Amino acid sequence: MNPVIKIILQRLALGLLTLFIVSIVIFTAVNMLPGDFAEAILGQGATPEAVAAIRRDLGLDQDPVTRYLQWLAGALQGDLGNSFAQANFASFVGDDSGVRTSVAQQIAPRFANTMFLAGVTAAIAVPFAVTLGVLAALYRNSVFDKVANVSTLTSISSPEFFLAYVLILFLAVLNPLLPSLSNIYADMGFGERLQKTLLPALTLTLVVTAHMMRMTRAAIINLLASPYIEMARLKGIKPMRVIVHHALPNALAPIINVIALNLAYLITGVVVVEVVFVYPGIGQLFVDSVKIRDIPVVQACCLIFAAAYILLNLTADILSILSNPRLRHPK
Amino acid sequence: MSDFLVEMRDVRIEGRSDETWMPIINGVDLTLKKGEVLGLIGESGAGKSTLGLAAMGFCRDGVRISGGSVMFDGIDLLAASAEQKRQLLGKRIAYVAQSAAASFNPAHKLIDQHTEAPVQHGIAGKAESAADGVELYRKLRLPNPDEIGFRYPHQVSGGQLQRAMTAMAMACRPDLIIFDEPTTALDVTTQIEVLASIRQIVEEFDTAAIYITHDLAVVAQMADRIKVLLKGDEVEEADTRTMLSEPTQEYTKSLWAVRAFERPEKPPVASDATPVISVQGITAAYGTVDVLSDVSFDIHAGRTVAVVGESGSGKSTTARCITGLLPPRIGTIELDGEPLPLDYRKRSKEQLRQVQMIYQMADTALNPRKSIGEIIGRPVEFYMGLRGGAKRKRVAELMDQIELPADQYIDRLPSELSGGQKQRIGIARALAAEPKFIICDEVTSALDQLVAEGILKLLARLQDELGLSYMFITHDLATVRAIADEVVVMKDGVVVEQGPKRDMFKPPHHAYTDLLLSSVPEMDPDWLTNLLKERGVDNIGDAAVGKMS
Repeated sequence: MNPVIKIILQRLALGLLTLFIVSIVIFTAVNMLPGDFAEAILGQGATPEAVAAIRRDLGLDQDPVTRYLQWLAGALQGDLGNSFAQANFASFVGDDSGVRTSVAQQIAPRFANTMFLAGVTAAIAVPFAVTLGVLAALYRNSVFDKVANVSTLTSISSPEFFLAYVLILFLAVLNPLLPSLSNIYADMGFGERLQKTLLPALTLTLVVTAHMMRMTRAAIINLLASPYIEMARLKGIKPMRVIVHHALPNALAPIINVIALNLAYLITGVVVVEVVFVYPGIGQLFVDSVKIRDIPVVQACCLIFAAAYILLNLTADILSILSNPRLRHPK
Repeated sequence: MSDFLVEMRDVRIEGRSDETWMPIINGVDLTLKKGEVLGLIGESGAGKSTLGLAAMGFCRDGVRISGGSVMFDGIDLLAASAEQKRQLLGKRIAYVAQSAAASFNPAHKLIDQHTEAPVQHGIAGKAESAADGVELYRKLRLPNPDEIGFRYPHQVSGGQLQRAMTAMAMACRPDLIIFDEPTTALDVTTQIEVLASIRQIVEEFDTAAIYITHDLAVVAQMADRIKVLLKGDEVEEADTRTMLSEPTQEYTKSLWAVRAFERPEKPPVASDATPVISVQGITAAYGTVDVLSDVSFDIHAGRTVAVVGESGSGKSTTARCITGLLPPRIGTIELDGEPLPLDYRKRSKEQLRQVQMIYQMADTALNPRKSIGEIIGRPVEFYMGLRGGAKRKRVAELMDQIELPADQYIDRLPSELSGGQKQRIGIARALAAEPKFIICDEVTSALDQLVAEGILKLLARLQDELGLSYMFITHDLATVRAIADEVVVMKDGVVVEQGPKRDMFKPPHHAYTDLLLSSVPEMDPDWLTNLLKERGVDNIGDAAVGKMS
């Protein structure tokens, strides 16, 4: 078998194994949360009978292993269960209409929004950060390099909400170029949606650029002492071409990995920015669900986050492997 | 207008070390006419490469030209802007590096790297330049010249890469090429092909060249004139033939004399004597691939067996089998007639003590955080059970044996010693176990010739005093001539010939031994020419293999 395909299949299997282990961790962790849905929704005045009835209704009275296996079996078939919060407790009063909102229905639009925001941010941030890193490596130790380093470090060190408010101040209040509220709807056109998403995307760009730019710069500079870079310079190749054509292709592996980590962050860690801009992403849904112990939603969100992390890192691994000509072209 | 292509006057070069500038080259003159080849020789640290790069107007990071002048064809390279120099590099001045494997970009195909300079300098189009590249590959006798350029560097052998790099240097038909130790990393048989290629192409295009090397016999084949450097100063310069026949300076004479060290062969042992180490029919594998098959030889008390062969011939694997690091699949190893467990983990401390090893790279074989006293003291304590005063006394004795005074060196760290001194510490560490048998794995290959000779003499003296047996792994036949009693020649994991040294250096022998022997450069400047004539001039690229088929 082609060694590259073999490695990819191995990584894929490892990724699935990781996801399985993570599902156990998620289930255990969520079940260790103090209090449960029945207590959270009924409040302090709940009678023990009412709590017990809701628990029975939701299957919370079964032992954890059974519940985990049921959840896992459902998840494997694409059924993430029904949201507690949206459930109709009619059965409790003897009138079950049978209408329930599935977790998938609830999460799908939110997840699409999150992916849209992450996609717009990545489309801006990745080319920007890599270009900045290449230029910083080319003009290393110059004023440009220092300004680029200091400003990206400043932006990564500032709290996200602060960056968001600064951008709102300059781009929405003082110069009303962009809307400060990003309340997007399902039937919105692409152009309008993009416009509304731009401010949160710019905020996130400021957050993720530093890491990717500095890794690009460091990975390239690390190679500049190699004999083949010296050879390129002694062939009279222009400095920019030495960096882009000779150093960058050999520096891809670490850069790809850092990009993947940052993209994963864009999917899983942007709740603060969502709150500031009232952006209906998955992060807000997740936090709300934790608050009311809507366990099926929390578990599904965690599983999606884990899958995103694993998938992105897997992709990064595979791309790094592919960037190595020794593996692409075996002897 | 001067008639020199390169004219360097009173060049001074400094390197930064701990915030101060230390001199590397102290005012050297260097001139080169069109089409002339100058050999630059000296030990490591003499400043050869630095001077060669300075002739291109180039300094590595942390190095600067602090004085003098460098003129290339009437252009003052020290006054020229970076952009002016960039226009010359690759186009009129080209460079061939020591390790082609490291100097080709792993991410691009050979032909793309070949055409880069002509295309970027606007001399030729990509297709035209690629066609010329194939033509050069053909001239340099690379196998499959039409196809080899489409490979990546890791898919091509070291000798072929070195020739492809020579072709790449020729891509713009430069006036000057700097060859920086282009064959140092190659086996002798491969070296011949590369030397022949370089000489042919330099002659054909009438290119001037500066040929940097530490190997006198190599420079004798390549250069019209030779300049000897020592610690940044010029020692002397003369025509190649004059320099070889009548060097005037003491240092040059001492360089010339190194190859003369030869130890008389000891009388053969009694036929019924028990060998110290007996390797019997071992076959060993890495994974599922056999890398050694049916290797057998004996090493007797007080004798040295040299194991020679090219890289990949199985020399070091044999050593790993004897030490038990790689248990052989088939075969036995006996110590004093008693079979040794094949895995070192199953050997007794006494058995481990008897077999010691000295490594090629003393730099990496010594723990950089431990003092010399600790490094030598560790086996003294572990094997001999000495502690405190007795241990210190024994360490001092050992340091005495390797001719490094204990009071000066015992507290130093390895980084504070020179390469030769580090190798002596490696020897003392092996001696500390008081073994019968020591494996010396290429112990002199990383050292300059004068220093290497000192190590060989030390090993010879220790053998006489302590009755040690050595297995001496080397690819250098001059070393074999100097120290061996018996020789084992290996190729592709098989012993192709073995016997006493005097038989090895006298015909008739196995075709491969013959090839190895005849490939060792000699000081005679006509050696390469004669050898190529003998092997068939039309067949330069295949010269080395020619004899084998």
